[in-house]
Amino acid sequence: MLTKKLDIIDADRCVGCLSCVFACARRYGEGGYDRSAIAVRSAAGVEKGFVVIVCRACTDPPCAKVCPTNALVAKKGGGVFLNPNKCIGCGFCRNACPIGAVMWDEAANKPIICVQCGYCVDFCPHGVIGIVERQTEGV
Amino acid sequence: MHPNDPLYRVLYIDLTKKIYWVEDRRELFENYLGGAGVAINLLKEECPRGADPLRPENPIVFAVGPFTGLYPIASKTVAMFKSPLTGNLGESHAGGRSAIAIRMAGYGAIVIKGASKHPIYVAVHGDKVFFRDARALWGIKSSITVARIIREKEPGAGQRAIMRIGRAGENLVKYACVVTETYRHFGRLGLGAVFGSKKLKAFVVSGKRSLPVLDKRRYREIYKELFDTMVKSPLMKKYHDLGTAANVIPLNKIGALPTKNLKESKFENADKISGEYLAEKYLGRRLACAHCPVACIHLAALREPYENEPYFYKTTFISYDYELIYSLGSMLGIRNAEDMLKVLDEVEVLGLDGISSGVVLAWATEAYEKGIINENDTLGLRFKWGDYETYIKALRYIVEQPNEFYKALANGVDYAASKYGGEEFALAFGKNEMPGYHTGYLGHFGFLVGSRHSHLDMGGYSIDQKALGKEYNLDELVVKALREEEWRQILSSLVVCFFARGIYKPEIVAKALEPLGWNLTPEDLGKLGAKIHRLKYEFKFREGFDLDSLRLPHRIFETPTPHGYLDEYKFKEMIEKFKLLIQK
Repeated sequence: MLTKKLDIIDADRCVGCLSCVFACARRYGEGGYDRSAIAVRSAAGVEKGFVVIVCRACTDPPCAKVCPTNALVAKKGGGVFLNPNKCIGCGFCRNACPIGAVMWDEAANKPIICVQCGYCVDFCPHGVIGIVERQTEGV
Repeated sequence: MHPNDPLYRVLYIDLTKKIYWVEDRRELFENYLGGAGVAINLLKEECPRGADPLRPENPIVFAVGPFTGLYPIASKTVAMFKSPLTGNLGESHAGGRSAIAIRMAGYGAIVIKGASKHPIYVAVHGDKVFFRDARALWGIKSSITVARIIREKEPGAGQRAIMRIGRAGENLVKYACVVTETYRHFGRLGLGAVFGSKKLKAFVVSGKRSLPVLDKRRYREIYKELFDTMVKSPLMKKYHDLGTAANVIPLNKIGALPTKNLKESKFENADKISGEYLAEKYLGRRLACAHCPVACIHLAALREPYENEPYFYKTTFISYDYELIYSLGSMLGIRNAEDMLKVLDEVEVLGLDGISSGVVLAWATEAYEKGIINENDTLGLRFKWGDYETYIKALRYIVEQPNEFYKALANGVDYAASKYGGEEFALAFGKNEMPGYHTGYLGHFGFLVGSRHSHLDMGGYSIDQKALGKEYNLDELVVKALREEEWRQILSSLVVCFFARGIYKPEIVAKALEPLGWNLTPEDLGKLGAKIHRLKYEFKFREGFDLDSLRLPHRIFETPTPHGYLDEYKFKEMIEKFKLLIQK
């Protein structure tokens, strides 16, 4: 099947403005970035550029594999869906993601999961992130 | 203001007792927004009359505002303190990640009081404050290394600011700066020396939180409108493409680029240190302050071979801006970009204010030419326009202060000239070294009476340029300049970067405040701006500022501006007009 997902187009173009990070939090209609699913930090000093961490929407996601309560479920075409009612906040998913793309909502004690909505892309003025199409076989 | 917005929280840190506490100062923020408006109130509360700027009684205030963390280009932190350079109001703004970090840590302002006996650095991580030993960091050669060490030790990567001083601050050079995120600075008026006097090597802030708004839908809509306007605006293009260095060629063309200590206002080598040239040959990376899509920060990549070691290179990233190209380029007659970048890098490593450093060295060069100082004073250095190697050595001497002459230079150009002579070509206004605009009356008038003696107070340099070829009514323009400075108090209370002043107009600001829970009309904002300006002036008068005894360096009358030669008498008239205006 053909699905759309968020992807890094060119991390070397990142200027570290954090507009994407703030955009993600604005989905909740709030400022700041406590509940953002994107993280941007410098790669050992800003002169070395930036590390941009977004969920890759894995087709066989390790975060869902380790969820003991089936709160995180792999979606058809990639990525995961979170059912917060089932989540017990164990943090296994956060530890299982090798790129650190499972962020944490400290107040709710639950993971912050990218829903691949692409709202952040509209706020990246420098072409770092984008929505791409890909062919997957489903799960 | 939203009742749950943590903006009202003020963090107090006492370096003497190594204690900290948080106070609810809701009334201050409700009346003065944040940033400059709140900081001047906190400074008045904390700084005793006649305080010695380098004694523990001088507080440091950092403040952010209601737009910080909520709207784009609200990227700046306001620092207030008593300036060791001028002995009066010290106010300096910086971006980097400083503003977002303070806001995300959950504070509207931070007040640092007292002084430590031994070197420390302070780390604020959300609600917790840590006093860390910094004895092993004191005296480290480069301000950049200090941050590298702290970066490894402290948590909060991506969400923190690491403000620190170099050896200039440790050694109390009166125009030492505080560096944040390596390439942004609380540059002017000597905050670095105040840090040094408190034995405060660095100040780390980090945090992560949500900020509540009252009308979520409206907030999102207004954000999107603002963002789209910004990225499509000419501002975005100018400052993203070439950065502030784009100003070199146009200012040189109109004869407003101070050159060789303002003996001239055009530089024959301007094209070799221009934004265009630097972008073509050296631009290695562009960066943004946190929450600013413009990304005006330009880093040159300078590749240098090691001598006596073939195929061994180092590549240094050096940030450049218009002001530094003026002060450490044209002012010193530096003829090519590579030489200039090496001087810029040394200023960064030592932690000096680039503008003041350049003006001091320019004065020293002319004083040496005229025989006012000699090689006994300079410890053998022969100052010569364009000789960047001598300038680098002199910068190190200013920081080390091995003799009386370099001690004098470390006190600023006004002091050095009062000791050695050459006051007529010592380019300081209110004891602060001159910014890079010899544009006409309003530029210099702004340096003279602007509340922090900065070109950014009134933007007089811009008023001068816009008036070229048009009516140049000084009486009216004084009013315009003052109104501009008053409005900028609102921008620096929100706190938005002045580069976005064309977007954040009074109506837009009032509209953007609404969904956050503020109810202020453009007229209210105008009145508040004037009120904050007068509060700053009250502090200045309290500390001895006197509009009747201001010194204008004679040099500005000897070199033509785009508006021709300036007349000293006209400045007297402008000051009289200004006095009447601020008494109202």
